[in-house]
Amino acid sequence: MTHNKNGAPTMALFTRGILLVSALALAACTNPDRFDSAGAGGAGGAGGAGGIGAPGSASDPRSPLYFQQTIGDRVLFQVDQSSITPQYQTVLDGQATWLMTNTDYVAIIEGHADEQGTREYNLALGARRANAVQEYLISRGVAPNRLRVISYGKERPIELCSDEACYSQNRRAVTVISAGLSG
Amino acid sequence: MMTRVLTLLAALLVFALPAAAQTGPLRIEITEGVIEPLPFANPDFVAENAAAADLARQIARVVSEDLTGTGLFREIPASAFISQITSFNSPVQFSDWRAINAQALISGAVSVGGDGSVAVKFRLYDVFAGQELGDGLQFNGTQAGWRRIAHKVADAVYSRITGEGGYFDSRVVYVAETGPKDDRRKRLAIMDYDGANVQYLTDSNAIVLAPRFSPTGDRILFTSYESGFPRIYVMDVASVGRRALPTLEGDMSFAPRFAPDGNTVVYSLTTGGNTDIYRMDINSGAATRLTSTPSIETAPSFSPDGSRIVFESDRSGTQQLYIMGAQGGEPQRISFGQGRYGTPVWSPRGDLIAFTKQSKGRFHIGVMRTDGSEERLLTASFLDEGPTWSPNGRVIMFTRETQGETGAASLYSVDISGRNLRQIRTEGGASDPAWSPLQR
Repeated sequence: MTHNKNGAPTMALFTRGILLVSALALAACTNPDRFDSAGAGGAGGAGGAGGIGAPGSASDPRSPLYFQQTIGDRVLFQVDQSSITPQYQTVLDGQATWLMTNTDYVAIIEGHADEQGTREYNLALGARRANAVQEYLISRGVAPNRLRVISYGKERPIELCSDEACYSQNRRAVTVISAGLSG
Repeated sequence: MMTRVLTLLAALLVFALPAAAQTGPLRIEITEGVIEPLPFANPDFVAENAAAADLARQIARVVSEDLTGTGLFREIPASAFISQITSFNSPVQFSDWRAINAQALISGAVSVGGDGSVAVKFRLYDVFAGQELGDGLQFNGTQAGWRRIAHKVADAVYSRITGEGGYFDSRVVYVAETGPKDDRRKRLAIMDYDGANVQYLTDSNAIVLAPRFSPTGDRILFTSYESGFPRIYVMDVASVGRRALPTLEGDMSFAPRFAPDGNTVVYSLTTGGNTDIYRMDINSGAATRLTSTPSIETAPSFSPDGSRIVFESDRSGTQQLYIMGAQGGEPQRISFGQGRYGTPVWSPRGDLIAFTKQSKGRFHIGVMRTDGSEERLLTASFLDEGPTWSPNGRVIMFTRETQGETGAASLYSVDISGRNLRQIRTEGGASDPAWSPLQR
């Protein structure tokens, strides 16, 4: 596959962000909606659909992997837009519920843009997208102090072709979960 | 740093010869029309002592590369020469140079002192008028700084023939890129305008973006993710020491540029998902908000007199260019063509604004007058962006990125007439160039 080796060793949060994005990208050719309905249990190989899996595994509903793979950790956007379509509101409802259940975790919401735009504008656009997700999660009850936003603009594409098939995957906001420092 | 290495006792008028009129027949008027490059001869400079032999050849070559690189000059190969320049002070056989149609002749001499100092003299001749164009000049420097001396000579030749200021003795700070598109590593680098003497200013542990020179070239503003979030830093070029400009936790700051006073910075600040333009006193850290809208305002650039700021905003629904006062106030839209306009940069002459335009799936670098009239697109490709002006306002450098999975960025320059598109040689990928002022 095409994806990242290591992030910068001096930046723990940043590194984790890249690894999660990278794991996601493995599944990027699949419609992310399927994760919800089909479940990611198959990917984990445990086969215990609905059951409590090994702690930390994708089938453990309290695990960041479950958040990432089963609930779905990202929202995709239309060209130059930052509004959240109904299909992704459902994903974000799941994210909000998970975050309110698993209060040991905090999240950084990373906003991204496709390469069809100037660098500065795309940074601002990525910030709009991340902010839209943040506001939605807050409206669903997640404490604001557990959420931070960052924009990468067009600096971190996960799909590399220069076509809409890839652009549509790159116009995204990814909620990256990490263990909270203070809860 | 270079300035210290190279103490230029510049512009010493050491040869008292009758000055030819600057407005003599040897003249290139830089216009928008296609011009025939002016043929010139530039024999290897005369080595005045044995230690100068290599430099005498190398300096003449760099002078020629500077001149031909403008697209305005064509060098006549040495194989065509009838006579040679073997002594700097011997009379020139103009008929020999006329016979090969050399309109300009450059002669030079190099000597290397025991302490490693280098002295370079040159004269420029108008061959068909049979006289010197301007006076002979001498530049003093060091062996390590020999390319700068060559650029100084080329700047003098360019200026005398075009009537424009030169731009060869200048540097470019940019983002050096390595790695595939989904794992791209970026670090700040600085080089001579022609790609020589590359020096890396940061490591590649954090994303760095869009460096910009101070008006005197001694400092660089840039955006780095080294804190985990995009923030603006100011770096001292000589010491490579840097500090972050103050921001509030949770805010992102980027797209900085110096004002002509060298103490004020304009930039974008994103808070709560909304991006506006601010200005900051770089010494006190005191910030003032200049725009206040729910739309995206970014990429601010001062007019050379410091009175106005051009920037981009999507308040109309798409990215367009606007001009406001240096303290903010109601902006005036200046771009009205089809498509989207971003990254405006005010020309150092004050007359033009360079920009990136997106239209029908293509990217262009263009220029327009400051009232938005006379828009001209200079380039077209899959992705061109981020223009920066040469110190004399005649040339624009920018980023061009190729498409697809193996897409990569590199630096190009183009004359403001749209001619002479050239790729700048860099070691790897390169983006976000910013051209320095002429060095002193």
